[in-house]
Amino acid sequence: MQVSARLGDRKRKSLQQKFADLNWFIILVIIAVAGLGFAMLYSVAGGSIEPWAKNQFIRFLIGLGIMVTMAMVDIRVWMFLAYPFYAIALSMLAIVDIMGEMGKGSQRWLDLGFMNLQPSELMKIALVMALARYFHCLSDEETLKFKALVKPIILIILPVILVLRQPDLGTTILIVMGGIALLFAAGVRMWIFIASFIAIIPAAFSAWQFLKPYQKQRVLTFLDPEKDPLGAGYHIIQSKIALGSGGIYGKGFIQGTQSQLNFLPEKHTDFIFTVISEELGLIGGLTLLSLYMILLGYAVIVSMSVKSQFGRLLILGMVVTFFLYMFINIAMVMGLVPVVGVPLPLVSYGGSAMFTLLVGFGFILSAAIHRETLIPRGGAFA
Amino acid sequence: MKPSDKDKYKSYTRRATLLSGGMLLLSSALIGRMYYLQVVSRSQYELLADRNRISMRLLAPTRGEIIDRFGRPVATSTTDYRVNVIPEETEELQQTLKSLSKYIPITEGDNTRIVKAASKQRSFLPISVANNLDWETFSKVNVNMPDLPGIQPDVGTSRYYPEKELAAHLIGYVGSVSEEELTGDPLLELPEFKIGKNGIEKILDNKLRGSAGNSRLEVNVLGRVIRELSRQDSISGDTARLTIDLEIQKFAANRVRDESAAVVVMDVHNGEILGLASTPSFDPNDFNNGISQKKWDALRNDIRKPLINKAVSGQYSPGSTFKMIVALAGLEAGIIKATDTKFCNSRYRIGNRIAHCWNKNGHGHINVIQAISQSCDVYFYDLALEVGIDRIHDMAARLGIGNRFDIGIMSEAKGINPNGEWKFNTQGVRWQGGDTANVGIGQGYVSTTPLQLAVMTSRLVNGGKMITPKILLDDTADYPIPDDVGISPENLRIVLQGMNDVYNHPRGTAFPYRSRNKDYKFGGKTGTTQVTRISMAERQDGVIKNEEKEWIGRDHALFVGYGPIENPKYAVSVLVEHGGGGSSVASPIAKDVLEYLMKMDATENKGQSV
Repeated sequence: MQVSARLGDRKRKSLQQKFADLNWFIILVIIAVAGLGFAMLYSVAGGSIEPWAKNQFIRFLIGLGIMVTMAMVDIRVWMFLAYPFYAIALSMLAIVDIMGEMGKGSQRWLDLGFMNLQPSELMKIALVMALARYFHCLSDEETLKFKALVKPIILIILPVILVLRQPDLGTTILIVMGGIALLFAAGVRMWIFIASFIAIIPAAFSAWQFLKPYQKQRVLTFLDPEKDPLGAGYHIIQSKIALGSGGIYGKGFIQGTQSQLNFLPEKHTDFIFTVISEELGLIGGLTLLSLYMILLGYAVIVSMSVKSQFGRLLILGMVVTFFLYMFINIAMVMGLVPVVGVPLPLVSYGGSAMFTLLVGFGFILSAAIHRETLIPRGGAFA
Repeated sequence: MKPSDKDKYKSYTRRATLLSGGMLLLSSALIGRMYYLQVVSRSQYELLADRNRISMRLLAPTRGEIIDRFGRPVATSTTDYRVNVIPEETEELQQTLKSLSKYIPITEGDNTRIVKAASKQRSFLPISVANNLDWETFSKVNVNMPDLPGIQPDVGTSRYYPEKELAAHLIGYVGSVSEEELTGDPLLELPEFKIGKNGIEKILDNKLRGSAGNSRLEVNVLGRVIRELSRQDSISGDTARLTIDLEIQKFAANRVRDESAAVVVMDVHNGEILGLASTPSFDPNDFNNGISQKKWDALRNDIRKPLINKAVSGQYSPGSTFKMIVALAGLEAGIIKATDTKFCNSRYRIGNRIAHCWNKNGHGHINVIQAISQSCDVYFYDLALEVGIDRIHDMAARLGIGNRFDIGIMSEAKGINPNGEWKFNTQGVRWQGGDTANVGIGQGYVSTTPLQLAVMTSRLVNGGKMITPKILLDDTADYPIPDDVGISPENLRIVLQGMNDVYNHPRGTAFPYRSRNKDYKFGGKTGTTQVTRISMAERQDGVIKNEEKEWIGRDHALFVGYGPIENPKYAVSVLVEHGGGGSSVASPIAKDVLEYLMKMDATENKGQSV
């Protein structure tokens, strides 16, 4: 154990070395995706950097700085901070919940004075960190034991309850699926997943009872949007019209009739993929999808060269979270899944999701830089 | 690295690969969906996108003009200065309206209407505040635009009748489309669209209307217009040209302005109607934007019936103007000759009733020419009974009585040209000798319109040509040569001599009212018809003077005239409801109109010779 700790010390790099060792390919792809986002925000504003593109650009620069800084921080520090982060995120969720009880209706963010923070976004990262740390500290034999699942499931369930109470269906799905994916990557036995999948059907029925009417409505509308074309189904119908009418080559930049004439709702946030597809066509949509897949695929390949289980799981957890954002959003605007408020990663207008994702990539980059660092099972600084 | 860590690594690699495969699979589902939406169903969605953004707007055509025979406008479209308000652009709607009321009167009702409309429709759509503003008011609003946020001056077109009530009955008017008038033509559903409601405006509506253009507009989700994609301009309606000579119309209408009267002026050779006046009249401009209830009630309740076109819809006993027909029936049947006389002692027994001649002293021995010029009733009672109703009926029909010509204006009446069959069919009673005697002096069952009397006169004086009346001028088509009425020229000459003497023989009924101009003379025939039967008591009292009777009880005054005597060119029929005597009231009107026509011709000829 001491040997390995010393081994890690020997391999510690200087800041300059770390900077040079940053995965510049990943950063370039991130910039490319965000760049497409700025262009689309410029377009949906009718060809203006106000009110969205400029703000988004500034946030992105800040987020990029945070990401690079985080990448430099030793992976063991992150591992050390995993549980405290989780505790902070959970208490913030609780505070939001209590404030919601006292205030008027549901509230999802905390006003920190300089920014509005969504604790649920924080939780997505904190959960991945906490689970990665937990499984890092287990031996193989322990991982395979059934009782090893108790703690992770509690780690997942606690935030899920609080987020569902907000209620935020999109984030709930992201947290649950991100958590499950992490359990899967950590090596939990396959049959447990299969059994759970079978068990989930009655669970879904009981969950249905907890949904607010507007959420039930969203699910029902998804099943048959044409039923209520002016009300609940309007978003999906208009989005499909915009997408379909874009064709292969699109209607041209700032030429999308559905988006420019406001037939498309939420065009700068949740439905921005629709704008890309309408104005830049199938080509534009496939380009973005390819960038995402390159980004994630590359991160997965990098994760395989990481020596610590914490680092590997951290990368994969972030990759899965990012993928879920992307998949749910794109599937939603194309009418494949219900309309749940999930933004298109790095492209949709909005600060919280942008910071969450860049922080996530900060971890990925940190894990990549410190891939040779070995961390003892007992903990980072044990 | 411990062996267990190696196991972990292996396990991780396997699981990570599996997860990546799952993500790849889900991503390909997205690609498949994109392909389905954007390639397979593209055209369907393209159509839906266009339906979203493209709004078709009809462009109303300009209504065709109605002009007189010389191209002078009778009904035209003028610029209509309007003021609209766009609620969205006002700071506060009430405040803007208040500021605007400094320049335009805004009633309480207007205010309510505007506020109601503003709450109902999209706030960027204009609401009409005032129409038909004069230029001065309109420019005041324009100058003060900076103080009137949301006010939008607008220039449209609306129907305008420059001659106002002068030819109102003939032209009719336009108004908003009513529910029953909707035909499915979307043009009719435009809020500002007007269609013909009466007269020529209604009969020729399809011709005058023109065809709508359209404008394809790109609109946003709120319906706001972003730009025009394409436009097909509307096609203005055709111009309708009338046979009317506006100057003649003006003269005739003004001549009877204060009466309840009708004047028809006709070209005897082709039947073209040069003037068709009916008084009192109304201003068709009032109907453009819906007539006020007050004005409408006033028109409806006026006993002189300003809404009725008396020239074609009014049916009156022709009175003595019918006597030419009876005379011709007798002459053509050979029952009388020009020189044959009858004796009038002012009294004539018909069955068990005594009928009177208007001349209490009687006319003594008179022939047919004198009977016409002096309008002897006894002569025609006797002649009618000799000739019989069937011959009279036949002659009246040949001269246009009881005939509807469908000249193309509304509610042309047929009148009644009675005979035994008609009476039996309508009254269920046999024709009596007394009926024939009454018809002999143009009373009883016979009833005619002033238009028919003008046609009758034209056919008498144009050499017996069966012309038909026309109101629409068509330069391109030659009129067919009219049939011959089939009356011998000699008999026509005899009757015309009688009509000549009406004005020009010292004993003629209209001699005091003849034209004093030495260049031309006119002929004609007076008619006075009783509206109420004069009672025995009144007669014994001495017939009370017309002026003293209630207006409604007075006789109708009629006159049919023509001129000039040689080669007659114009026929005129005059009817003055409750005017009194045909000679004293109607014949001077006919003379004035004929003199005017002669003067016009004289200036025209001079103009040509220069």
